Amino acid sequence: MNSVVCISHVPDTESRIKVSGDGRHIDEAGLKFIVSPYDEFALEEAIRLKEKNGGDVTVVTYGPERAAQALRECLARGATKALHIKGESADADALGIAKVLAAAIRSVPHDIVFFGKQGVGTDNGLVGPMTAELLGYPQVNVVTHLEVADGKLTASREIEGAEEVIEAPLPAVITAQKGLNEPRYASLKGIMAAKKIAIDTKSVADLGLDESNILNQRVVFVSLQLPPEKAGGRKIDASDPAAAAQEIIKFIREEAKAL
Amino acid sequence: MSFPGVDYMDIDSLYSEDELMVRQTVRDFVDEEVLPIIEHANREEKFPNHLIPKMAEMGLFGATIKEYDLPGLNNVAYGLIMQELERGDSGLRSFASVQSGLVMYPIYTYGSKEQRDYWIPKLAAGEKIGCFGLTEPDFGSNPGGMRTYARRDGNSWVLNGAKAWITNGSVADVAVVWAKCEGTIRGFIVEKGTPGFTTAYHMGKFSLRASVTSQLFFEDCRIPAENVLPETNGLKYPLGCLTQARYGIAWGGLGAAMAVYNTALEYSKSRIQFGGMPIASHQLVQNKLAWMVTEITKGQLLATQMGRLKDQGKLKPHHVSMGKMNNVNIALECARMARDILGANGVSDEYPVIRHMMNLESVKTYEGTHDIHNLIIGHAVTGIPAYNPPMSAQAEQEATERAAELAKK
Repeated sequence: MNSVVCISHVPDTESRIKVSGDGRHIDEAGLKFIVSPYDEFALEEAIRLKEKNGGDVTVVTYGPERAAQALRECLARGATKALHIKGESADADALGIAKVLAAAIRSVPHDIVFFGKQGVGTDNGLVGPMTAELLGYPQVNVVTHLEVADGKLTASREIEGAEEVIEAPLPAVITAQKGLNEPRYASLKGIMAAKKIAIDTKSVADLGLDESNILNQRVVFVSLQLPPEKAGGRKIDASDPAAAAQEIIKFIREEAKAL
Repeated sequence: MSFPGVDYMDIDSLYSEDELMVRQTVRDFVDEEVLPIIEHANREEKFPNHLIPKMAEMGLFGATIKEYDLPGLNNVAYGLIMQELERGDSGLRSFASVQSGLVMYPIYTYGSKEQRDYWIPKLAAGEKIGCFGLTEPDFGSNPGGMRTYARRDGNSWVLNGAKAWITNGSVADVAVVWAKCEGTIRGFIVEKGTPGFTTAYHMGKFSLRASVTSQLFFEDCRIPAENVLPETNGLKYPLGCLTQARYGIAWGGLGAAMAVYNTALEYSKSRIQFGGMPIASHQLVQNKLAWMVTEITKGQLLATQMGRLKDQGKLKPHHVSMGKMNNVNIALECARMARDILGANGVSDEYPVIRHMMNLESVKTYEGTHDIHNLIIGHAVTGIPAYNPPMSAQAEQEATERAAELAKK
C-alpha cells in the first residue's frame, strides 16, 4: 500500500501578516512557516496505513526553497520519501498547482493520495478535488473516518445533520478533515532518521510542464490588503444610569439594529 | 498560543537543522500538552502522569543513547529538550532529568550488560519509572558523609539507612541507591516492593508541586548480589551522574527564564497605566526587561558552549557548575523581576510566573547548591578546595581520632 501526501507550507496561523513591497504577496521576512494543519491529518492517516500494511508514504509539495523544511518535518513524523517540485507556487492558481501535483503524483507509485481539506495559507480547498479530476480518480472530500481494504476505501464525511459513507475503488483521492485522527509528534529518532533520507527535487519542467503556463494564468492575484483596523469602542458616561440605559437601548435599536 | 522563543542575538544560527527540529517538536508538545494543564497540576500537587507515555513515544528518555534503538542525539539537542520542558515546568524537566540523567545514565554507564539489557528499554519506554537516592536527611552538600550502608551477606546485599528529597521516589519502580560498603561508596538497584524498602511523600512543598518528592527508607532491605552496579567504587560515580543532570538543569533554567521573560514582556506591552500608555513605555520596566533578555542571551551562549564541549568530550564538572549556578540564578532573578512587572497578577497562577519562581527556589538548591557550585568554580581557579571550613576539618579529624582510640580499646 503506497500513499502520496500532498502538503502545503504555510505561515504559522499565529503570524502577523505583512504585505510585501509589490502589494501582491506577503512579506516572508521573519515569518515562521509550518505544515498546513489539515495536511497533518492527511499525513497521519497515510502513516497509519503504512504501519498497518507496509509500503511507502511519499510527501510531495510544490513550492519555493523553504518548502523543503516542511518535507523534512513530514519525514521526521514517519513519511518514507519526499518529492519537492520547486517553483513560485504563490503565483499559481488552484488549477495550476493541481496540474503540477498531478504530474508529480504520476511519477511515484501510489494506491491512494491524501490532501488536507484546504491549505490554511489562502484557505484554498480546490487543489485536492482538481488534482483528482486531472488524475481521473474518484475523490472523497472533508473525510473524518477512513477504512482501506481489498482495493477499495470506505470514507465518512459529515453532512448537515448526518454522516455520509462513501465507497470508492483505489486509486483515489482523500481530503482530510480535522477529527480524522490525532496527529503524532515527530519522534526524536524520526528526526535523526529523516536526516538520512534525500529529498528528491525536481523543477516543473522536469515533469514535462511549462511553468509559464502554470503561473499567473486564470486566477491572478491583483493585490493583497490587510483588513481595516477595528474602530475603537464607544464609552457611555454612566454618571446618570437612567440616561446611560436609554442611550444603550437607542444604540441597540438604531445602530446595531438588534431589536 | 505557541511560544515564539527568545532569540535576541541570532543564537539559532548556532544550532543545526536537526537540533532546531528537536527543539520545535518539544516546544509544540509543551505548548499543546503541558501548558494547558500545568497550573492545575501544580495547584493540586499532582504530577501529570498521562504525559509519560507521550514523552516516551517522542523518545525524550535516554535521548542521547544510541544503542537499544534510542535516538542518539547530541548534547546540544538534549539540552534544548531540557530547556523546552522546563519552560513548561521545572517538575516536568526534573522528571525527565532523573529518568535520563540519574537512572538510565548510571545503569547504562556503570551497569552490567544484563542490567542494561533489562532496564534501559523499559525506562526509555516509560514502562518503568526510576529515582536516584543519594541525598540524606543530614547529608546534602556533603554526600560523602552518608550513613546509608550496604552489608554483604552470602548471595545478597543488605541495605540500611534513609534518603531524602528524592524526585519520583514514591512513584518509582526502581531506585538507584548509593550506600557505603566495604570502605567505599557503591550504587545499587533496588526495585519497588522489595521487603524492607518503603517510601513517604514530602508533604507541604511550596515548590515543584507538580513533581513527586519522597523519602526512601531501607530497613534490612535484602537485594540480590547482582544488583550492585559493578563499575561503581567511590563518590565520583554518583557525582558523575550529577554532572549529567546538572548539565540539563543549566539548559532547563534558561527555559524557565524564557517563560517568565516572555510573559512579562507581553504583559508590559498590554498593561495600561498612567495616561493610556502601556507600562512597557516606562524606563524602569524596560530596565528590567533589558536585564532579563541580556542574561538569557549570555546563558544561551554558556549552555551552547557547554554542549559543544560535551560532544567533544572536553566538558569538565567545573564547567557544568558555572552553567548550572549561573543559569538557574538568573532564571530565579528573572522570575522575581517578572513577578514585579506583573504586579498583583504576578502572584496569581493565572500566569506562570509565580509557579516558576517557586520552582526555581528548589532548582537553585538541588543538584549542588548555588554556593557549592561557586566553591567548585573557586576550587578550579585557585586550586584550593574550600568546601570544608578549617574549623570543621579539625573537628572531623579529632572525631576520627577519638573513634580510632575507642576502636583500639
